[in-house]
Amino acid sequence: MLPFGSVFRSAFFNMYAVAFTWELLSLGPKGYGDELLWGALRTLQISVFGYAFGFALGLLGAVGKLSGGPLLRGFLNFYTTVFRAVPELILILLLFYAGTDSFNGLLVTLGYEPINVNGLVAAVLVLGFVQGAYSTEVLRAAIQAVPTGQVEAAKAFGMSRMGAFRRIIMPAMMPNAVPGLANLWLNITKDSALISVVGFTELALATRQAAGVSKQYLLLYLIMQALYLTISITSIKLFGRLERNLRRGQPDLA
Amino acid sequence: MRWEWLPKYLPNLMYGLGITLQILVISVIVGFLLAIPIGLAQVNGSRFSKTVAGGFCSYIRGTPLLTQIWLLYYGIGSLFPLIPDMRENYMWLIRLDAYWYVLLAFTLSFAGYEAEIMRGAFLSVSKGELEAARAFGMNHRKVLRRVWLPSAVLKVLPTLAGDIISQLKSTPLIFTVPVMDVMSVTSKIRQDTYLTYEPLLFLAAIYLILTFFITRLFAYFESYIPVRR
Repeated sequence: MLPFGSVFRSAFFNMYAVAFTWELLSLGPKGYGDELLWGALRTLQISVFGYAFGFALGLLGAVGKLSGGPLLRGFLNFYTTVFRAVPELILILLLFYAGTDSFNGLLVTLGYEPINVNGLVAAVLVLGFVQGAYSTEVLRAAIQAVPTGQVEAAKAFGMSRMGAFRRIIMPAMMPNAVPGLANLWLNITKDSALISVVGFTELALATRQAAGVSKQYLLLYLIMQALYLTISITSIKLFGRLERNLRRGQPDLA
Repeated sequence: MRWEWLPKYLPNLMYGLGITLQILVISVIVGFLLAIPIGLAQVNGSRFSKTVAGGFCSYIRGTPLLTQIWLLYYGIGSLFPLIPDMRENYMWLIRLDAYWYVLLAFTLSFAGYEAEIMRGAFLSVSKGELEAARAFGMNHRKVLRRVWLPSAVLKVLPTLAGDIISQLKSTPLIFTVPVMDVMSVTSKIRQDTYLTYEPLLFLAAIYLILTFFITRLFAYFESYIPVRR
């Protein structure tokens, strides 16, 4: 005899489980869907701004490393070596506390009241400083891979150093830099989860809070990882397209 | 800067460092051994095993390690109490200890990253080498054991130092679950002494020294491996 009772019961519980999941992930006050999506948005936000800041630092750092004096080069070597050798989590903790502390110290010495530093700004700056060390190395290698003849030709045409950099070196080095920069972008979307340790509510911390309240740890963590995976896979596709676009007109290497 | 806490807490830091290094070494060795079949499955497997192995690598590389640790410890770990009689079982003690979850998470993470590199290494072994082995009458298993695997592993070795350093740099994440690694000890010191920077700076110095040490160790190994460029 078939165990009809248990089949019906499990079917009922499955329906119940689906309805429960749906409600748990719904938007609005009952579910956590909006909290998670908002967290994912915050993750993207600090990643994009941190990445842009890191890219700017990297560009300055790469140019400084290639054409700066010995003092500047020594300082930049120290920056890239130490920031790439010390774990990101420790750097984030150090920079977060040191950064907000010294900023408030500066305000007090200037005669202002100390303020609560905006978590978003602090997160972006911290991630950007860490990212900048890696960007410096990627961009330095990409600039060095530009054939010297092209740079000399630009000089022969009478371009200024800035003009040659903007017109010749930047477009020629970008295709070389894109794979490294794509890796750095994937790293920063994942490193942004570390910001949760200093209490900034992005995707990881939002999920952790939602899971702590609802006790649905497994389900919510799986959803969170699906969101991270979506960000990663979309980014990989977009960077592949960007590289093809930048490499148009260049001979196929592969 | 105040450092008078250091002698008192140094034994605890050394204990934490031991746990960190233990997790690093075991996860690197076991992870690398796992990476070989996963990488091979991506190159040489059936469609099913290619999809599974590729999906595993994308998952590991596409999500933060922090969330993988949390999923294992808080997510999977939350299922065990649902099993009846679990509390009376001796397994309960293992289930309680976050150490095993962290070890598993780090091992799988290293396996995922390294499998992707092994895939590239397997693909980059020259066709001629494999065909020569086939021409000598070796069967597939022998080709793999004598030619394909050794040359693939040799190709991976120069990048291995960097990957181990990346893995080392992820180890502070252990402190987000209850395991007394060197980072957890440091944050306990910070709570005890109300010092913000000094323990963290000391920890950063420890990691710098470890990174330097691993770099030198691998430079020494590599000088013994004949590589034709």
